[in-house]
Amino acid sequence: MLQVEGLRKTFATDRGGVRAVEDVSFSVEDGRFYTLLGPSGCGKTTTLRCLAGLERPEDGTIKLDDRMLSDPGNFVPTHARDIGMVFQSYAIWPHMTVFENVAFPLRVSEHAPSRDETRRMVAEALALVGLEGLEARPAPQLSGGQQQRLALARALVRKPKLLLLDEPLSNLDAKLRQRMRIELRELQRRLRITTVYVTHDQAEALFLSHRVAVMQNGRIVQEGRPRDLYASPASGFVADFVGDATFLPGEVVEGGVRALGGIVRCTLSEALAPGAKALLVMRPERIVVHGAPAGAANEFVGTLRVAAFLGDHLDCIVDVEGTELRARAHPTAELRREQRVWVELPPEYCLAIPDDGWRPRALTRTFDEDEG
Amino acid sequence: MATTTVARRAGIRFPAWRAEVVVVGAAAVLLSYLTLVPLAMLLLGSVSGGASVLDFQLTLRNFQRVLTDQASLELLANSLLYGAGAATLAFVIGTAVAWAVERTDVPGRSLWYGIALVPIIIPGIVHTIAWLFLLSPEIGWINAPLKAVFGVPLSIYSLPGMIWVEGLHTAPFAFVLMSAALRAMDPSLEEAAAASRANPWSTFRRITLPLLLPAIASVLLILFVRALEGFEVPAIIGLPGRIYVYTSRIYTSLNQYPPNFGLSAAYASVLLAISVVGLVLHNRATRRTERYTTVTGKAYRPRRVALGRYRYIAVAALGLYGAVAIVLPFLVLIYASLVRVYSVPSLDSFSELTLRNYAFIFTDELTRRSFVNSVVLGVLAASVVVALTSVIAWVTLRTRIPGRGLLDFLAFVPITIPGIVLGISLLWVYFTIPIRIYGTIWILLVAYVTRYLPYGIRATTAGLAQLHKELEEAAATAGARWWPTFQRVLLPLLRPTLVGAWVYVFIVSLRELGSSILLASSDNVVLAVRIFDLRDSGNYTTIAALSVILIIMLVALVAILQRVGGRTVREA
Repeated sequence: MLQVEGLRKTFATDRGGVRAVEDVSFSVEDGRFYTLLGPSGCGKTTTLRCLAGLERPEDGTIKLDDRMLSDPGNFVPTHARDIGMVFQSYAIWPHMTVFENVAFPLRVSEHAPSRDETRRMVAEALALVGLEGLEARPAPQLSGGQQQRLALARALVRKPKLLLLDEPLSNLDAKLRQRMRIELRELQRRLRITTVYVTHDQAEALFLSHRVAVMQNGRIVQEGRPRDLYASPASGFVADFVGDATFLPGEVVEGGVRALGGIVRCTLSEALAPGAKALLVMRPERIVVHGAPAGAANEFVGTLRVAAFLGDHLDCIVDVEGTELRARAHPTAELRREQRVWVELPPEYCLAIPDDGWRPRALTRTFDEDEG
Repeated sequence: MATTTVARRAGIRFPAWRAEVVVVGAAAVLLSYLTLVPLAMLLLGSVSGGASVLDFQLTLRNFQRVLTDQASLELLANSLLYGAGAATLAFVIGTAVAWAVERTDVPGRSLWYGIALVPIIIPGIVHTIAWLFLLSPEIGWINAPLKAVFGVPLSIYSLPGMIWVEGLHTAPFAFVLMSAALRAMDPSLEEAAAASRANPWSTFRRITLPLLLPAIASVLLILFVRALEGFEVPAIIGLPGRIYVYTSRIYTSLNQYPPNFGLSAAYASVLLAISVVGLVLHNRATRRTERYTTVTGKAYRPRRVALGRYRYIAVAALGLYGAVAIVLPFLVLIYASLVRVYSVPSLDSFSELTLRNYAFIFTDELTRRSFVNSVVLGVLAASVVVALTSVIAWVTLRTRIPGRGLLDFLAFVPITIPGIVLGISLLWVYFTIPIRIYGTIWILLVAYVTRYLPYGIRATTAGLAQLHKELEEAAATAGARWWPTFQRVLLPLLRPTLVGAWVYVFIVSLRELGSSILLASSDNVVLAVRIFDLRDSGNYTTIAALSVILIIMLVALVAILQRVGGRTVREA
């Protein structure tokens, strides 16, 4: 079991200290897949590097099973930690063959196995990731996907207690990324190796993880099972980061929130009492656009601004009382731009959370999110 | 515990290991000793009016003379004219060749590329002497037919002669810089102009030229500074022709009787100032170049101009350049090395070819000693520079130790110090402080290490910067300690860089003249100084033989390097 308590890390820059990690605590049960999710600069990679011992935290403790890896007075260097790590760039050593890359962790260990044993363990690790038979290949001759597998084999060959993955899929093209996602999930479930994964891709996080921690400005702002994060985000930021959403600010009234020129019936989070300021969170895939009134509860009239065909549905933007809502319509619906439409907001999928002043960065959000 | 918490809150980061502090401290002290102490001593010397180095009397007389008297103003004018002329000539030749190779469809590009680079190997002193053989008014190969036809020879012993020899010698350097600038230019910028219906001439005038302007400025400035710093041409051509520039004036004011240390230090300070200003401007221009070009850092597929019928003219011009820059000098050296007395070739001279000059080189005690000294110094200087700068590069790039930027800066300072200025500075240092290394090869080692630190730091920093930090971190997460990481990951990956830097420093040390000329005497004589002395005693044919051997050695060395370097690079 991995236990992290009160982790803190500050970087000195020209403009003074930057708090990269601020009081981060979490624990990962044995055999679990745990993901740190957040935008660039949120401190997720720094947290992972603290786990690896590549950064030395100023404060806090890191404990793996019964062994203290890091506390303010003592720091186990990276090479002495029982970990395996896959880097974003893969960090495949270009002057070695596939075999030499994977054998390296065995050869430098204090109890280096015999030659035969090394060969056996390397073959086993390569078989795990599907690279059998490529032992003699110089590493630079591998494709991007193969390098990624090689990095994984190298991280697993020592059978470490903890596997650390730093955005390992971000350098692959979309198709390959999907395939590797599945393989990685299956491999982790089969080996039951305790894993900490860092990514800015919410789909990856939801797909792979047992638990996800969403980070913002160096802190974990919410942690839980993927479905809980999606269904009950604690803040606008989390709702926005984990999946798509439309946000509407409004005042809490009995049974709903005043918005869209009326009252939107919705699920209120516990902290909200009538009169409080709230933020309505609505997932576009739950909002349905009709060409005629359907007589459903929570139905609003608006003007269709955009209707784009996406195969299994129409992606719509509807203007209701000056507010733009993202919604979906049936793929066969005959809708025209600027026509009157009726938007159905199912109350069970409208969630009102306390308004902390956060606002989304318009619809162009995805353009800014490319992680450096 | 309480105090450390306070320190952390205040954002102070204590280095993790004491060893780091010791290493960085030692490197800082060593670098300051190598670079700042000589400069301080030089400035001190320039305001001393004493008869010897040890006799310090504060005076501004030296500077007064250097900055005001008639001869000094002539010297300034001569120097600027010489530097500007040589820079312009080198720039024009280098840019023309670079443009032909990079941006036209001239046939045989890789051949011309090689021809443009080869002269870099030829030491300046050898190049200069070869041109004495070619253009000396009495016996020059080129002048014999000129005299026969026009009655008057071209004299190499003139300012244009000096500019010609120096410009021709630095042209390959201009070629390297300008072809890099041309290659770094995104051709789609020009294509966009064409698509906006600009004709080729206005595309060149309004897009290409403005984009290249910072690069042109930066190249011209560095060529100017290099020409001013050079000692070979001013000494070998300028001194007999009585045309002085700063480097040769520094030398003569030390070589007169009694030597005027203060005056030479003052001249050296002025030269240093010009060099610093030139390099600061060069850096600015380079930064602008980088702003223009390194948006992506990738190499572009250039747009090539179809030369059509003009390609034959281009081939002829490039061929002529190859003949003038490589073939003629080398032929004349081989010929001169095989005759008893140098003269314009005739049937008589060819019937009396001899290997006497080569025999002399291998038997002459001083020449033999200079050879041994140069090789030993080359090996030592290259090893020290590479070892020192790779540590500094690692500290600068891979650690957060405070003061690491200072190390990088200190290692780069000597780029501004002309060789002869370093020579005179070191004279002051080792006449003053009680470290008795004057007259030994150790003072030359200090000089070479100092001079070539900037090259070392540039090469190792660039090499290390290309290695992703994660390659080392991956070794740590695989359980490797510092030493196995260094030995099995960092060193093999860095080897091509280190070998390249080593060989470069070895080669330039082998031919160093500027600082050696002031620091070497009979015991610690080196190759370039030996050639210089042989010329003083009129042994031109011996020099030719020595030059031929030197060139063959250097070419062989570079060829081996390319084999070795090429293989290591392919392996990586």
